[in-house]
Amino acid sequence: MKPPVFDYHRPRTVPEALSMLAEVGHDGKVLAGGQSLVPLLNMRLAAPAHLVDVNWLAELDEIGRDDGAVRVGALARHARVEHDPGAREVLPLLGQAIGDIAHSTVRNRGTVVGSLVHADPAAELPAVLVLLGGSMELASAGDGGPRRVAAADFFLGPLESALRPGELATAAVFPTPPAGTGSAWLELARRHGDYALCGVGVLVRLDGGLRVEAARAALISVGPVPVPVDLTDALGGQPHDAADWAAAGRLAAAAVDPEDDIHATAAYRRHLAGVLTARAARAAAAHAAGRLGGT
Amino acid sequence: MSETLHETRLVVNGVPHTVRVPARRLLADCLRHDLGLTGTHLGCEHGVCGACTVLVDGRAMRSCLLFAVGVDGAEITTVEGCRSPDGGLGPVQQAFQDCHGLQCGFCTPGFVTTITAYLRDHPDPTEEQAREAIGGNLCRCTGYQNIVASVLRAAEILKDEQR
Repeated sequence: MKPPVFDYHRPRTVPEALSMLAEVGHDGKVLAGGQSLVPLLNMRLAAPAHLVDVNWLAELDEIGRDDGAVRVGALARHARVEHDPGAREVLPLLGQAIGDIAHSTVRNRGTVVGSLVHADPAAELPAVLVLLGGSMELASAGDGGPRRVAAADFFLGPLESALRPGELATAAVFPTPPAGTGSAWLELARRHGDYALCGVGVLVRLDGGLRVEAARAALISVGPVPVPVDLTDALGGQPHDAADWAAAGRLAAAAVDPEDDIHATAAYRRHLAGVLTARAARAAAAHAAGRLGGT
Repeated sequence: MSETLHETRLVVNGVPHTVRVPARRLLADCLRHDLGLTGTHLGCEHGVCGACTVLVDGRAMRSCLLFAVGVDGAEITTVEGCRSPDGGLGPVQQAFQDCHGLQCGFCTPGFVTTITAYLRDHPDPTEEQAREAIGGNLCRCTGYQNIVASVLRAAEILKDEQR
């Protein structure tokens, strides 16, 4: 189908965008990459009266590294972040996860921040932000000014975030994990690029003796928001190449509460949570050892 | 109720155009209806099938998920722009003919544009990479084996052209 009628706004600066968003309030929606929004419009599942197109706000098209974090501006598209040499070096998890987002044609247009704001429970990046303990930078006109919301408080439910009407998410901040940390992203979909039946990101930190110091996971498609799971109890103190990966998987399977849908049963998703977490933990530990020069 | 029209400039296959379109005009519909370039096909209209893929400033994108007004000023390449300079079949199109890469042909414009952009950045793909490159495009005739072969054949043709 075709999208419904809307008023189109094209601000040239962030303050201009914020005053437009303040004016249209509940009736407005930000258009960034549009790779999730435009399908909703085409299918008439959403009908905002106003679209504020932020694609001309060049100041938001940035990927920065500062204070032990990678800061991704609202206009940075998936493909650019995925291949950004600086981001890849300090935060390989970002590229590992983005590679599983849809297909290259979608990654060429869709934005990292847009995906976070969309808060799809099957999306990769919300889990990455939760796993890293990152945050969102939200700006608005008026007295409130910009605020920063931690990932743990940002994702409220399926397609529901803490973003308020009139606010613009200007950036996402992904903290870089400490030295000795490796990462992995794994998901299963019927066809690579489709929504995951279950997906998981894992961080494993090794000590100088290449034993697991800390490990944690965040899972998608098995709850209304990303599900964080601490795996340290299952893996802590064990060698990087011979830890009890299955125990880590059991922790994850016990932590999730998936539902049946037409794509998979709850039991199958729980099974996947266990298997994928075990595999991803092993891969993340190997990755950490490799980064430490230990293998 | 008459909709507000927005003056929008697009350079399509090297030819500049100015159109006046409602904000909700999808780029795919702008190309087909306003510019008469019906090579771009619309299948699903929600970003799943890939038939409407065009190049926007050189990058492959779904034209059903873009508003024409949203890409004001962009350079667009459609399947019509993938022909060779003499007007004959371009390298990817030639490969599809050589390998029987199309049956009904509905999905083909999206494959041709996707593969054109992919091979520009990855001139020597493996079969597995070729398969991944077309992972976002659906062919309901299910002729995928021959389409994968077409990707590899197109890479050969492009390499021969550069010799």
